Amino acid sequence: MRIVNHLSELESESIYIMREVAAQFDNSVLMFSGGKDSILMVYLAYKAFFPAKIPFPLLHIDTGHNFPETLQYRDKLVEQFGAKLVIGSVQEAIDQGLVAEEKGFNASRNGLQTTALLEAIENGNYDAALGGARRDEEKARAKERFFSHRDEFGQWDPKNQRPELWNLFNSRKNMGEHFRVFPISNWTELDVWQYLAQEEVPLPSLYFAHEREVFERDGTLLADCEYINKRPEEEVFKEVVRCRTIGDMTCTGVWRSDATTVEEIIKEVSTTRMTERGGRTDDRRSESSMEDRKKLGYF
Amino acid sequence: MKEIQNDNGLLRFTTAGSVDDGKSTLIGRLLYDSKSIYQDQYEAIEKVSERRGEEGVNLALLTDGLKAEREQGITIDVAYRYFSTPKRKFIIADTPGHIQYTRNMVTGASTANVALILIDVRNGVIEQTKRHAIISSLLQIPHLVVCINKMDLVNYSQEQYDKIKTEFEQFASKLDVVDVSFIPISALNGDNVVSRSMNMSWYEGSTLLYYLENVHIASDHNLIDNRFPVQYIIRPYNDEYHDYRGYAGRVAGGTFSVGDEVVALPSGFHSKIKSIQGSKGNQTDAIPPESVTILLEDDIDIGRGDMIVRPNNQPEVTQDIDVMICWFDNNKSLLLSGKYVIRHSTQEARCIIKEIKYKLDIETLSRDQNNLVIKVNDIARVMLRSTKPLFIDAYKQNRITGSIILIDEATNNTVGVGMVI
Repeated sequence: MRIVNHLSELESESIYIMREVAAQFDNSVLMFSGGKDSILMVYLAYKAFFPAKIPFPLLHIDTGHNFPETLQYRDKLVEQFGAKLVIGSVQEAIDQGLVAEEKGFNASRNGLQTTALLEAIENGNYDAALGGARRDEEKARAKERFFSHRDEFGQWDPKNQRPELWNLFNSRKNMGEHFRVFPISNWTELDVWQYLAQEEVPLPSLYFAHEREVFERDGTLLADCEYINKRPEEEVFKEVVRCRTIGDMTCTGVWRSDATTVEEIIKEVSTTRMTERGGRTDDRRSESSMEDRKKLGYF
Repeated sequence: MKEIQNDNGLLRFTTAGSVDDGKSTLIGRLLYDSKSIYQDQYEAIEKVSERRGEEGVNLALLTDGLKAEREQGITIDVAYRYFSTPKRKFIIADTPGHIQYTRNMVTGASTANVALILIDVRNGVIEQTKRHAIISSLLQIPHLVVCINKMDLVNYSQEQYDKIKTEFEQFASKLDVVDVSFIPISALNGDNVVSRSMNMSWYEGSTLLYYLENVHIASDHNLIDNRFPVQYIIRPYNDEYHDYRGYAGRVAGGTFSVGDEVVALPSGFHSKIKSIQGSKGNQTDAIPPESVTILLEDDIDIGRGDMIVRPNNQPEVTQDIDVMICWFDNNKSLLLSGKYVIRHSTQEARCIIKEIKYKLDIETLSRDQNNLVIKVNDIARVMLRSTKPLFIDAYKQNRITGSIILIDEATNNTVGVGMVI
């Protein structure tokens, strides 16, 4: 008897969710950060609707503090799949006075993204926003539903979530409310890498070991860039590193690594004893940092 | 996390229980021994445990993800945990065991292949054990594994183990469970969890991890009755694929092969399968739970909510549905003559509650025909009538085409879930 292996089952589950979104919502959008999880989402969406085009535009919330590699990769991907790209800009939100830039050494635009995201969802009239969050990456995300209801303020109410059984998803909502949908909820970091390797998906160079100017803060290596205020004692040095997650430059830690191929990354991920988001300074602001941001409408 | 080499597929299992019966310790051990707890995670909960003045590291902090759960020291919601060994990937749906969380147990059980039931060897079969077993049986979890825990506290006594095994077997004979296994363990010391116990030479069965890695789950799906609920129609509208019309969906039962004669419900039109497109291109057949796109020889009218089946093996097409309902709504009880939105496979309709037959006591299995007020966490046998025909199977035959949910039209909440009798 043919056995459906674990990657195929995860793939089928994610494709099923994406097709449910296309069928149950009128105007959905795929949130694209440039990281491997959102790249995986774009590939799965391509497969789900082949040979038709991906029926969702890609929404990138641009903090203005990106790694340059992320933008190059994004534009190439959009061209390859003939997708439509929508950009929500944190800089514009700052210019319009909707949010204020954080000050101090740990200033980051990560939190400001929520406002830009909710603005973009409201302006685009989107009733569902697909995201590449996974339950294994963070404890608040572990409680997230596939179809996650948001009120008219974009807020998440974790204690009052709709139960999800079998493969039946309830997308009913009132005017002005929307859903966040997470098709790859059940994938782990290792599953993502194994699948990207199997499908031979080209990936941003940031994921592979390269030499970069870095400095150390609170035990985490950060890439040196003009957007971070360094303390006088923080010295810049060269190191061979790679990213395990890709976010805004101000909060994405880099790791010492020699992994230059996807196979080497899989080996590294399957033996590491540190979590993927361990280098994310945005998660470490408090024990419930992610839950607090998610309640307000963060990714 | 371990890279999976000999892939035995994805196994989902459910646990239920309170802190005292060693559930968290057992999950913690499975995760820790399979190296699925990361050092920084471990250090973080070590710090919190210390701050709270707890003895040792509280592994429950790993699964309790919400602030309220950590503050109150209880699991409110279903927590999903992931680990893998070189043989398999596992998803644990960890649910609270108290009666007020029956709906969470039901949720976790709905997709599980295996129910892991923990019994404290000193206490034997208690109400919570029974409740968990009854829910596993109602939700038709294909395999039960009963771990008789804390064997170290009874000197690893075979006699004690046999006594509780017999007790459970007697109780389970009233249930609809097929495959039950028993394992004597000590979650605290690791006996028979990942490695064989040196203290119980009388036990000849497998360890818990070995069981989980090797239990045969491919037949957990219905592989006989062909069911393909149409989810979405793929029409590219471009020159290259001008006349392309693909029916996208996830196989809910049976094997669909190219060349098969099929019939579409509700229209009753016949055709043949021209091709099947999977994620790697064309494939000759499709089995559950694969998501594929089916193309037919003839251009017939099919839309979302229709079902592709075999001419000689069809589901029941009916508006009158006999279901076992578990009620989920905290605020309102199930209303006789109440109207709800019903979702079944890829169909949505409205329905009315025609009759409440009885309430099922979740601890004794007795039927109460007098008190028919159905509140949150209650389970009841109900007749309902839908506005249009649904294509249903008995839940026992097929968990996908035999399940429904009910939605309150005023609040949009999912208020009830049902298994077709």
